[in-house]
Amino acid sequence: MKNLKGKIILFAILGLLIACFALFSFVSVMQVISVLAIPLIIVIIPLYGHFKGVKVYEVFTDGAKEGFQVALRIIPFLVAIFLAISAFRSSGAMDLLSWILSPITSRIGMPGEVIPMALMRPLSGSGALGIMSELIKTHGADSYIGRLVSIMMGSTETTFYILAVYFGSINVKQTRHALPAALTADLAGIIASVLICQIIFG
Amino acid sequence: MINVIWLAMILIGVGVAAIRCLGITVTPLGIYLAPTFEPLSQLTNGIFEYAKFAVELAIGLVGIMALWLGIMKIAEKSGLIKVIARGLRPVMVRLFPDIPPEHPAMGSTIMALSATMLGLGNASTPLGLKAFQDMQTLNKHKNIATNAQCTFMALSTSSVTIIPATIIGIRSAAGSSNPTEIIAPVIVATVVSTTVALIMTKILQRLPRFQVENYIEENEEEESHEES
Repeated sequence: MKNLKGKIILFAILGLLIACFALFSFVSVMQVISVLAIPLIIVIIPLYGHFKGVKVYEVFTDGAKEGFQVALRIIPFLVAIFLAISAFRSSGAMDLLSWILSPITSRIGMPGEVIPMALMRPLSGSGALGIMSELIKTHGADSYIGRLVSIMMGSTETTFYILAVYFGSINVKQTRHALPAALTADLAGIIASVLICQIIFG
Repeated sequence: MINVIWLAMILIGVGVAAIRCLGITVTPLGIYLAPTFEPLSQLTNGIFEYAKFAVELAIGLVGIMALWLGIMKIAEKSGLIKVIARGLRPVMVRLFPDIPPEHPAMGSTIMALSATMLGLGNASTPLGLKAFQDMQTLNKHKNIATNAQCTFMALSTSSVTIIPATIIGIRSAAGSSNPTEIIAPVIVATVVSTTVALIMTKILQRLPRFQVENYIEENEEEESHEES
């Protein structure tokens, strides 16, 4: 019985979503969802808890207590990763690497200007965002380079940061195949961005 | 793996800075040297700046982290996570065969991955940390990553993004005539990278090189130390 109720709710939500997509444009629906998501979460979860007889305030503070410990635990891992990143960046090794790579990347339609961003992306989100903003300012948001860096930025992640934070929080030091798998995915994301950008805007 | 990459990045960085200190200029008339300490002192400043930034970043995370862990605790205690997890079970069981379907780790993994997909940057990191902690309770060797953790890590770094909010913001600030035109390409590109991430984790976790047994001996000492 309970299961049936859950299924009905799930289908109702899905139906509502599909109706919204049919009525309005995909983009505007997505933007509305992104604005509503957080307010909805902080209403629905405590409300549901209240009806299920959970002492919401006490349970919340109980969970929040762990926040500080988690943040403290990741500091050594962040410092270690940032040491390697800053040495690589501020020495000019990053610029050297993009100079070496530019003859290869131009073959698949990736302009040399974009390489520093692609290299920076897994290392530092703010660094990559900085390069991206700078490229958009010089070349224009609607230029090929402007569109390409936007797509690349959206389809890749700060892998090294996530690796340090996630594994650091649980004290796992042997990360096995996590890094090679994630970096390959990043590379695939970058190549896919270039190809898609060429097909749509090229 | 990470040990080698970490060391290599430092060595290459310092090496490049040291070579740049020689100030070599090649001209048709010959090679000139203009020694300077500038690149190395730049490197030193950069390292210290980033070390400070690491702590600022972690401290900045405390508040949001506490907020989401609190909300998640309510969701967990009320059984809401179990309800959501049950709905997504068919997909998740295939992606994470090592996590028992009724385990709390399944619920928090689902929450974290959906936050990433919606582009809720502030929410996805704390939720991801929660998922990792729940997965850790299933880990027999606390120092070594499990298959589920590696899969989760690869999925969250490549995850399908539906709303790249920051990028749209920068584009419209830069005067783009259509700032949201990149949404569809981003979805396609992230579907590609997520597929690659999944295939890669499934292949790599079978390789003899990445088997858990390879890491056990060298870590046994550390493990017992940490538990005490």
